[in-house]
Amino acid sequence: MTHQEAAPEPTGTAAAVAEPPLLDVRDLRVEFRTRDGVAKAVNGVSYHVARGQTLAVLGESGSGKSVTAQAVMGILDSPPGFLTGGEIVFQGRDLLTLRREERRRIRGAKMAMIFQDALSSLNPVLSVGAQLGEMFQVHEGVSRKEARARAVELMERVKIPAARERVGDYPHQFSGGMRQRIMIAMALALGPDLIIADEPTTALDVTVQAQVMDLLAELQRELTMGLILITHDLGVVADVADTIAVMYAGRIVETAPVHQLYKAPAHPYTRGLLDSIPRLDQKGRQLYAIKGMPPNLTAVPPGCPFHPRCPLVRDVCRTDPPPLYEVGPGRTSACHFWKETLDGAR
Amino acid sequence: MAHDDAGAPSSGTPAPGTPAPGAGQPGTSAPGTPAADSPEPVLEVRDLVKHFPLTRGVLVKKQVGAVQAVDGVSFDLHRGETLGIVGESGCGKSTVAKLLVGLEHPTAGQIRYRGEDISTLSGRALKAVRRNIQMVFQDPYTSLNPRMTVGDIIGEPYEIHPEAAPKGERRRRVQELLEVVGLDPEYVNRYPHQFSGGQRQRIGIARGLALRPEIIVADEPVSALDVSVQSQVVNLLERLQDEFGLSYVFIAHDLSVVRHICDRVAVMYLGRLAELGTDEQIYEHPTHPYTQALLSAVPVPDPDARTHRDRILLAGDVPSPANPPSGCRFRTRCWKAQDRCAEISPPLEVPAEFRRTPGPVRHPSACHFAEERTVVPNG
Repeated sequence: MTHQEAAPEPTGTAAAVAEPPLLDVRDLRVEFRTRDGVAKAVNGVSYHVARGQTLAVLGESGSGKSVTAQAVMGILDSPPGFLTGGEIVFQGRDLLTLRREERRRIRGAKMAMIFQDALSSLNPVLSVGAQLGEMFQVHEGVSRKEARARAVELMERVKIPAARERVGDYPHQFSGGMRQRIMIAMALALGPDLIIADEPTTALDVTVQAQVMDLLAELQRELTMGLILITHDLGVVADVADTIAVMYAGRIVETAPVHQLYKAPAHPYTRGLLDSIPRLDQKGRQLYAIKGMPPNLTAVPPGCPFHPRCPLVRDVCRTDPPPLYEVGPGRTSACHFWKETLDGAR
Repeated sequence: MAHDDAGAPSSGTPAPGTPAPGAGQPGTSAPGTPAADSPEPVLEVRDLVKHFPLTRGVLVKKQVGAVQAVDGVSFDLHRGETLGIVGESGCGKSTVAKLLVGLEHPTAGQIRYRGEDISTLSGRALKAVRRNIQMVFQDPYTSLNPRMTVGDIIGEPYEIHPEAAPKGERRRRVQELLEVVGLDPEYVNRYPHQFSGGQRQRIGIARGLALRPEIIVADEPVSALDVSVQSQVVNLLERLQDEFGLSYVFIAHDLSVVRHICDRVAVMYLGRLAELGTDEQIYEHPTHPYTQALLSAVPVPDPDARTHRDRILLAGDVPSPANPPSGCRFRTRCWKAQDRCAEISPPLEVPAEFRRTPGPVRHPSACHFAEERTVVPNG
């Protein structure tokens, strides 16, 4: 995908033609050195996201979707994780060449992250007002009183009822949905250009999930931020994403604009995922099931990592890792047989 | 949830029970107890109530209130059927599961298995009943004892119910069970940590099947699994149901999975049932506002549905079950609520206006202002 910014984009997505992307991740590699061997958690991942756009990174556990995000944010646990290659170009600068102090200034102020588990991401012994206000005190050097006022403003912005009365409350006094709103408020505090949300609604009930996703989408539109939504939920993705990157075993296997991906996937893994989810609007008897299970990252199969589970597997898949083929405008697929897949082969 | 217990909760000392006649083997068609093909339900739940007392004080405990986890739930489970219980966290669905398998004792109400109220049974009689109602837990990581081998985990029910399988035969039984759930019988000596989440869930299912129960209560059995593995386990559960004639109580928060696997669905909110019906009645013709809101909030994996969906966004959160609203429990979040909803709790019955309407809209719905509204776009 690195070569794509130059190419004109005939699809009518919001991506500007001339403007460089907000974030451009190129050939990122992260490995975990464990006792059982080296796990290549991220193995040459490239994606980009523009202002006002939502990129969904879809994958199952162990696919490397969260590790990629941690590397981008610069919060990778190291050791055991090591960034071994690639570039993370944010607003024209490669973050990996910056000094630690500069990087820290960008993190939080220019890019922020929302985590899945709000309860363990918030400090239980500080009031939410103090935690929100701390952002302004540290990054902008405002007074404590001013910080508190700004915290109330933020809480109102994410629609927490009676914000003024609740600013002194502690995280455990809020419900799951309200805590996730506080996480969103914290991410928004310094007016970032990019938000990375890692499974932001997975821990929430459906009715609350709908509220939180709506809020996130609304704020993103209003503030024209870039949003990277990391999720395993094909339903949530369909609701909010502009483009989707599907990850499997540390690699991106397919990228496509959302409508095209659901209509005609170009990778057998994507097709398998779409076929295997039960649908609210359909009553079917037998669900399609992708056979086998995701590979152990210390022993990824040679060739295409998906080949042992793939219904279309042929000899070449067992030996030659497929490159990311350009299969259409803004679409890529890492499958030797993307054409057949696109035509509906299963 | 206990960290190690087998699907069958142990009740006191394992007294040798009466040898069960013809405890069938996996693979053969005869289920545990032969029954006439009557429409009679295998399980009847009537006005089930479970309140957990809230106490204050250390030495002198004083009850200051109660968490009304389950507050008057009634339903039937028929032979070979799958009944889904859906609801959001805190609605009491897991407590219902625990009550059904006897891990909790009801505060009031009845659970009748083959006509006999099991909540009043004890000792040998209770043990015999429990053999027929087994449970599969949500979390395949914490519901298997890490220090026991897979063979011991699946075979543990035989320790509690020795009459189910003679000692010499147990190992073979366990291996058969492993095969039935799609695992290699050679794995009997491995430990849980050597398996993936999906495989562990299969182990949990094998343990649930060990005693050849009639009823399996599955509490969120696929929620912790990845999409590609989830469909494997769902298909397995369906296959086992056909093969062994099982009845399932399938508890889940994922409405799409429930629609897929269930014949009938009960929607639960704050300790009570809001609506009960077949999958067609609930998903295509819901009449309770909560069901409608719940269904409309489920993200549909179809980006084209973004524009033409009828979304109902509920305000606020679920109230605390320790202090539920008077009357209809959903009224604090309901857009139709009127004074009457605060005064009179709507019973779960076919609403008066639909009693003479033929078709799927005629089903029990606990709402004073029940009204049909289609929220799921037809696929």
